[in-house]
Amino acid sequence: MTDTIALPNSLRSQPDANGHFGAFGGRYVAETLMPLILELEKVYNAAKADPAFDAEMAELLRTYVGRPNPLYYAGRLTEALRAKAEPGKGAKIYLKREELNHTGAHKINNCIGQALLARRMGKKKVIAETGAGQHGVATATVAALFGLECKIFMGAKDVERQKPNVFRMKLLGAEVIPVHSGSSTLKDSMNDALRHWVSNVHDTFYIIGTAAGPHPYPELVRDFQSVIGKETRAQMLEAEGRLPDMLIAPVGGGSNAIGMFHPFLDDPEVAMIGVEAAGEGLTGKHAASLAGGASGILHGNRTYLLQDEDGQITEAHSISAGLDYPGIGPEHSWLHEIGRVKYMPIKDDEALESFQSLSRLEGIIPALESAHAIAAAEQVAPALDADKIIVVNLSGRGDKDIFTVADALGVEM
Amino acid sequence: MDRLSTRFAACKAQGRAALITFVTAGDPDVASTPAILDALVAGGADIIELGMPFTDPMADGPAIELANLRSLGSGTKTKDIFAIAADFRARHPDTPLILMGYANPMLVRGANWFADQCKAAGIDGVICVDVPPEEDAEIGPALRAASVHPVRLATPTTDAQRLPAVLEGASGFLYHVAVAGVTGKQQAAQSSIEIAVARLKAATDLPVAVGFGVRTPEQAAAIGRVADGVVVGSAIVDIVGSHGDAAAPFVQEFVAALRGALTHQAQETAA
Repeated sequence: MTDTIALPNSLRSQPDANGHFGAFGGRYVAETLMPLILELEKVYNAAKADPAFDAEMAELLRTYVGRPNPLYYAGRLTEALRAKAEPGKGAKIYLKREELNHTGAHKINNCIGQALLARRMGKKKVIAETGAGQHGVATATVAALFGLECKIFMGAKDVERQKPNVFRMKLLGAEVIPVHSGSSTLKDSMNDALRHWVSNVHDTFYIIGTAAGPHPYPELVRDFQSVIGKETRAQMLEAEGRLPDMLIAPVGGGSNAIGMFHPFLDDPEVAMIGVEAAGEGLTGKHAASLAGGASGILHGNRTYLLQDEDGQITEAHSISAGLDYPGIGPEHSWLHEIGRVKYMPIKDDEALESFQSLSRLEGIIPALESAHAIAAAEQVAPALDADKIIVVNLSGRGDKDIFTVADALGVEM
Repeated sequence: MDRLSTRFAACKAQGRAALITFVTAGDPDVASTPAILDALVAGGADIIELGMPFTDPMADGPAIELANLRSLGSGTKTKDIFAIAADFRARHPDTPLILMGYANPMLVRGANWFADQCKAAGIDGVICVDVPPEEDAEIGPALRAASVHPVRLATPTTDAQRLPAVLEGASGFLYHVAVAGVTGKQQAAQSSIEIAVARLKAATDLPVAVGFGVRTPEQAAAIGRVADGVVVGSAIVDIVGSHGDAAAPFVQEFVAALRGALTHQAQETAA
């Protein structure tokens, strides 16, 4: 961090006109794609200014996604942590229940918004990349809802590991295209989605699943996911009559986290922690781009990346397929550098522990991604005073992860 | 005149398009690359494009992607690529050498470091696939300061409104990407190439080279009738893929056929 960075009056006014969040973001794409993303930017700006777009989005979020979802006080989790804390310590923990959305995660918020943009641009075909399949399922879902032809690019290894989600996507009418290039995981599925897009720019819309990629994607994905933070704000004011002291959310690309954080960035009393996947630990295989990476350029934006000294991208690892990506959204890189958000690494085994503790204490099986955030809360809450309030973004439900977790615990199913 | 302008002028004087051939540096390994580069020159290539391998070559089709992975898999490092270039320059003082690749490996140590290395290795131009004019504040100025040409790409989606931004700061030659797509897959219709080249030549005095999807001597000759240069990449890379470290004679034979078609076409036009 340097003290020479001049901060704008509002931390919510990024990116600039060229899609830069400080030194990050931008539009690093092949010339073939430039005219299309400039067009997307124009269409998105027009949509933002159009109350009808907002109204249609809000109606779909209410009647189709099931929003607003609850802000839930996790009493048993709070008490269990207080029991281990010093007297008077142990913050109150609330959960923002994104896992109760249709399709079981926050991903659908963004997919609805982008499908509405695709329709405005007259595109009849959509494509998406997916790792574990959650964004693929959400994209296939909105494609069915809007009657769009849908192709999902998924690493061949992930197709093998995530058979239930592959079948779900097919049931929803999508074509799943296994990607055999590179390491056959999320990063490679994004490469192949970009290759397909550049070859089909005239009729295809790319629904990017996280707040990354070339401008305007990081901005528009953040805006579509900001419904999480806006609801949290209103619900917390209603429940406690004040803002929370701390927000905690898991960060892969970082769309659920930026969606929760962004509406609070200008409230200095609200601290924020983004939780990166530390895999086997920062000295071993991991997916913590901020803790273990450096600034670089991949998939259309400048951001923190896992890379070697020659700028070759190194493979990420996390037990959570949704965090298994060697980069992070550019706005997180900026928030990290200016110090507004703290980023904390959580390892596979810590997430596995919290996956089980939340299931037993609250009757909620979290996604492995969300279990990383729960683990961070379990570490942070006991040191805070008991009158402090933490909100954890429970970004998805864990049904998809039961096979992975059983395997990690050595359980035969 | 610099090497690139001299070479384009010499080809023009012969009434033919320049043959620009692409291979990936370090494919299949660093030790094999010099012989393959020499084979390109011996076969009659006018300008060499040397691919700088990257783990995530998003603009490339399967042929060049595999070449990238073969190269990195055999341990190619950035310093090896500059050594290959410097040795090539020593053996072939007059053949222009263009480095083509992606932003991250080029910029990881800073744009000035990269531009200085290019200059020291005798590299004449650089094509950075994922830096459009909008993001060219770093690499373009650094290359120009080091007297290395930043070569720009124009594509079927570069409309009249965008073209001036692409041309501003372009130098060496203009690379027309014939298809909206990745390297080595589809091929463009000859008529669409002719229209595009005419449009570009009306807008710039730079030589215009055409690439993406050019695989045969016949295609090269047809494009050579209208363009100043023809780029062939994936078809050569496929030969390296099939023959590995024994690829040089096969590469030379294929390049000679490409060059023969361009020369023959020029003679026909003259007659």
